Amino acid sequence: MGEFISFIVNNLADFWTYTGFCNATPGHLIMILVGLLFIYLAIAKEFEPMLLIPIGFGILIGNIPFNIEAGLKVGIYEEGSVLNILYQGVTSGWYPPLIFLGIGAMTDFSALISNPKLLLIGAAAQFGIFGAYMIALEMGFTPSQAGAIGIIGGADGPTAIFLSSKLAPNLMGAIAVSAYSYMALVPVIQPPIMRLLTTKKERVMRMPAPRAVSHTEKVMFPIIGLLLTCFLVPSGLPLLGMLFFGNLLKESGVTRRLAETARGPLIDTITILLGLTVGASTQASEFLTFDSIKIFALGALSFVIATASGVIFVKIFNLVLPKHKRINPLIGNAGVSAVPDSARISQVVGLEYDPTNYLLMHAMGPNVAGVIGSAVAAGILLGFLM
Amino acid sequence: MNKYKNYLLGILLAIGFVSCSNNQESASKLLINEVLTDNVTNFQDDYGIHSAWIEIFNKSYGSVDLAGCLLKVSNTPGDTTVYIIPKGDVLTSIKPRQHALFWADAKPSRGTFHTNFKLDTERPNWIGLYDSGNKLLDQITVPILDADKSYARIKDADKEWEVKGGSIAKYVTPSTNNQTIDKNEKVEKFAQHDSTGIGMSISAMSVVFVGLLLLYIIFRTLGKTVYRNKKTDKQPVTNMKQEETAKKTVECTDEVYAAIAMALHEELGGVHDIESNVLTIRHIQSPWNARYTALRVAPEKKY
Repeated sequence: MGEFISFIVNNLADFWTYTGFCNATPGHLIMILVGLLFIYLAIAKEFEPMLLIPIGFGILIGNIPFNIEAGLKVGIYEEGSVLNILYQGVTSGWYPPLIFLGIGAMTDFSALISNPKLLLIGAAAQFGIFGAYMIALEMGFTPSQAGAIGIIGGADGPTAIFLSSKLAPNLMGAIAVSAYSYMALVPVIQPPIMRLLTTKKERVMRMPAPRAVSHTEKVMFPIIGLLLTCFLVPSGLPLLGMLFFGNLLKESGVTRRLAETARGPLIDTITILLGLTVGASTQASEFLTFDSIKIFALGALSFVIATASGVIFVKIFNLVLPKHKRINPLIGNAGVSAVPDSARISQVVGLEYDPTNYLLMHAMGPNVAGVIGSAVAAGILLGFLM
Repeated sequence: MNKYKNYLLGILLAIGFVSCSNNQESASKLLINEVLTDNVTNFQDDYGIHSAWIEIFNKSYGSVDLAGCLLKVSNTPGDTTVYIIPKGDVLTSIKPRQHALFWADAKPSRGTFHTNFKLDTERPNWIGLYDSGNKLLDQITVPILDADKSYARIKDADKEWEVKGGSIAKYVTPSTNNQTIDKNEKVEKFAQHDSTGIGMSISAMSVVFVGLLLLYIIFRTLGKTVYRNKKTDKQPVTNMKQEETAKKTVECTDEVYAAIAMALHEELGGVHDIESNVLTIRHIQSPWNARYTALRVAPEKKY
């Protein structure tokens, strides 16, 4: 009988070594708190809930402590585990292009087509990427790592994941979480910079209503856009190809079902998988490093630079534009491609100073141009550094 | 519409012209990469024998199967030996950017990678690689080499060839890269010449601006053309029926449609109660629909 009890006790003691309680480290607990914070921000503050809930819950999943030596094949970094299989979409880089397919199928480029000069604001805001790149180099990161970190300034989660999975896979978790966190914090980061860089007179500047865009123009935009951008930067093909393909599905008018699938069930499915696995990839041992802190600091800086360069560019651009065609500098921030949040910020800040001045439609132009611009920038970085 | 087509065609032709004017390298994925004709102390085969060898490189980023391909060798005009690489061996599939080594020992019975010919150590050897359809993929004439020296491309898939062996810088590399890759050249270049990142920023931002500027120019031109065509369409045609003219000239912007839709929504909003897409007619009490008016007068029994 005593032998049997001893067997039971040993068995339970053995079981104890497998539990999370036995294997927990302070790192795990910190990361679980971070995950809970994300979930809180998503639910209570409604900061990008579609992204922060999967990522936040993914952080919880990724930081459940377990006995790594037991070979349970449950961890995201253990080959053959379910999470590892789902994570292949991130490491192989095929989730982000599918997200871009959905983005293309839900994006209306009319505002851009009706006023194509707004494209240049989208280009100017990419200074954020290269500003962060330069600072990252100064901070001691290698050119590849600096490129992957800099892309946070593009404010495009899928692009950041795509590029970091190629240039700096070991930093991908921190880069992705940083990119999505700052995208959620766009309403906090951008308005002070916009106010700082504009005068009261500029903030109430009215822009002419955009003209109606024909169906032909809408159909031609993705085709010409693809050919032009991808001939110039073939390395951006996975992102730009899918973006413009999704847009053609939408605008052709004859593939309604395909467009609805791309912008509905498909993008939802991929968003769930991407968010969850990126969150789960932030295991304490991999994530809680000094580099991660530096990446978060650089991410914030890149958003600031991108916003400022967009606004400043508009102010400079206005110097060469005729008076009736001038652009309200408050839409300069929208070149940061956090669609549609940064455009919404332009509208909100604009309404504060003139309750009848609606900037949303105008801001959507640089906003979608920013998506194209950041994908092109990612392609360039990939071409230069891969 | 024809104008748009002309624009598009023009752009495509320009792009095509620019692309085609560049000298394209061989399209073949498989290349002869290194050859050693006189093996004295160099690499041994599975049987422990030193034989001459031919290295083939798959320069593409996808697997390529060598099965059915032909290796042809000649060292005297009119005398060519052909070795058909056998099918059915999984090892003939070369992974992306990897190598396959064939032993020129005239002993094909020893396996797929042992050819039916030997290389001449006294004379130059012409070696050709053909696909299964007998189309030439690559060829090279290997000069007379000293023992244990190879004739190889400087780097894998490089155009230039050199004699390797006998020095630290130029070493024989059977079944591996002709030049050891221990660093990312591009990254090294950036680290060396552009430590601050200004060069990268200027060049990358230029490309971003050029790309989006081209898009801007195209769509500005396109927009102007569309606008001009619309104006032309809007010219009143006296012979047209009144209805047709009205149909042509009424062009509303999206804002107008949005305003109409919102006004309609506001106006009809009261018709719906809770669920959308379901029209519910509210019950309004009036003498016309009062229950008592719908009832017949109770029959009275008359005696």
